[in-house]
Amino acid sequence: MSLRVDDLSVYYRTLRGDVKAVDGATFSIDDGEIMGLAGESGCGKSSLGKSLIRMDARMKHVAGRVELDGRELPIADDAKMNEFRFRDVSIVPQYSMSALTPTRKVGTVAHELLESRDVPFDKVKRELVRRLTLVGLSEDVLDRYPIELSGGMKQRTVMVISTLLDPSLLIADEITSALDVSSQRAVGELLVEFRDREFVKSMIVITHDLAILYQIADTILVMYAGKLAEKAPAETIVRSPRHPYTQLLISSLPEVGVRFDETRLAGIPGKPPSLLAPPAGCRFRDRCPLAFAKCEEAPPFVELEPGHEVACWKAAA
Amino acid sequence: MLTLEGVTKVYKVGTFGGKRLRAVNEVSFQVAPGQVVSLIGESGSGKSTIGRMVLGLSRVTEGTITFEGQDVSRLESGRRRAYYGDVQGVFQDPFSSYNPIFKADRVFTLVKGFFPGIGRSEWDEKVQHALNAVRLEPGTCLDKYPHQLSGGQLQRMLIARALLLDIKLLVADEIISMLDASTRIDVLNLLGDLKQRGLGVLFITHDLSLGNYISDRTVILRHGEVVEAGATSKVFGNPLHPYTKMLLSSVPQLHTKWGAGTPRPAAEPANGDVAPRLVEVEPDHLVATGGDGGEVAA
Repeated sequence: MSLRVDDLSVYYRTLRGDVKAVDGATFSIDDGEIMGLAGESGCGKSSLGKSLIRMDARMKHVAGRVELDGRELPIADDAKMNEFRFRDVSIVPQYSMSALTPTRKVGTVAHELLESRDVPFDKVKRELVRRLTLVGLSEDVLDRYPIELSGGMKQRTVMVISTLLDPSLLIADEITSALDVSSQRAVGELLVEFRDREFVKSMIVITHDLAILYQIADTILVMYAGKLAEKAPAETIVRSPRHPYTQLLISSLPEVGVRFDETRLAGIPGKPPSLLAPPAGCRFRDRCPLAFAKCEEAPPFVELEPGHEVACWKAAA
Repeated sequence: MLTLEGVTKVYKVGTFGGKRLRAVNEVSFQVAPGQVVSLIGESGSGKSTIGRMVLGLSRVTEGTITFEGQDVSRLESGRRRAYYGDVQGVFQDPFSSYNPIFKADRVFTLVKGFFPGIGRSEWDEKVQHALNAVRLEPGTCLDKYPHQLSGGQLQRMLIARALLLDIKLLVADEIISMLDASTRIDVLNLLGDLKQRGLGVLFITHDLSLGNYISDRTVILRHGEVVEAGATSKVFGNPLHPYTKMLLSSVPQLHTKWGAGTPRPAAEPANGDVAPRLVEVEPDHLVATGGDGGEVAA
């Protein structure tokens, strides 16, 4: 068991009260597992990813614990977490385009990053160059400024640098969203290759794009309004989802081959509740066609069958 | 209705503007009433530049854009105003299209100038009607600030604003990209309903599945040039240009996995000034040959 998250709650402090971005999340990721974390904007998927590596000043760890390879991650303690960052947990941020300092050469950024972890640059330089070649970049990129690289090149460079110390867990936050379809595919396939070559043990790939996750992830975790809705193997999520939200979400996605004139797809009416004071009970209740009296009570995240967990009274019944 | 003929846009680039960049190179296509035409391309393909030129926000270097027989590529300000009564644009980011200081429905008040001497009740009725057309409850979106509304609602209000003017052509530049999956399909369906009423739509997108879902005709752009164009069913059903094939095989699909081997993007074009020639391979299906496109397996 590589990562185990137990009843994790992370809130944002605001003047108007706490925004319950992640509320009671419990899940685990196996060694070698690529878990896709999907959901709409504001569902808490990025907050969950961020809380595993670095919480910003507004975030508050309310409850729950996180264990990585049997060691507890001190996620609430910014200073103690430093020991784990980059070595054990690493991140490819949402805008990795801007993760590189514009006034520093790429090589200098990598150099400084490694020195800050007491790793001599010369020792890993060969491996760095080898991995750059692997992702289709030449050694020259180290001598260039970020502005001289295209979006896809920057994305690949950041991926190589952030996994250089073979972390146990990599968090990839919306790394394909800003790319063209052809680079999207290349980056997606690289993530799988990084896992296969054991540069990283396990991965959380955060995106709103379920179609991408279906291509690269082993399992998919769907979040809705700060709560976990469903976790299952990617194949199950796409072909036989059990949570009504997952079902409606999947059926609203247009695919190549589906035409408006022939098949009219439907969206989900309504919008997610505010996380400032979310209603009690199931948070999807107001938009759910199956909602009934019992949904006033929050459904537990229960296992339907091995590897398939759902938070829904109807699905679990 | 809208016809582009040999439209070219050249930008001056480089430190002293010494270099020339052909962002759009001899692009020609048409949009008929009641038709949705998708302009599909990756970043840098010139798709947004074409949209901006149609809207008169960017000057055309060569070629002509005609709207209902009138050359609109070089309009002076008086006639441009009348043109905007027929053609309107909606852009990618609904949040930046609104001024956060004012209430969102101010976008309606701003176009009131197009209707001199209209009575208050008549105006309100018109607004109601436009909101109904985009399936918005007036109670939920009038008298609200932009931050109180969702992206989908804001985007639909912008379309309603365009409809208020009783337009004939809508230029929709990536209007879906910023929306969540559960609401984006509603906006797409809306475009489908509007086209049945005779509205022409120039739908600019990088997302092939969205373009395929909604459009009657598709134009695939690459580095400012048309590589393949025609009826959507033909372009997607029988892609002939290597670039189109590569794009289609890269699209992540929900029920099929990517095939083996990463498709290699075809070689970069020489950025020559010679536009490729479009050849009709079957009725209503044009494919670029020569130029930089490579061979077409017919």
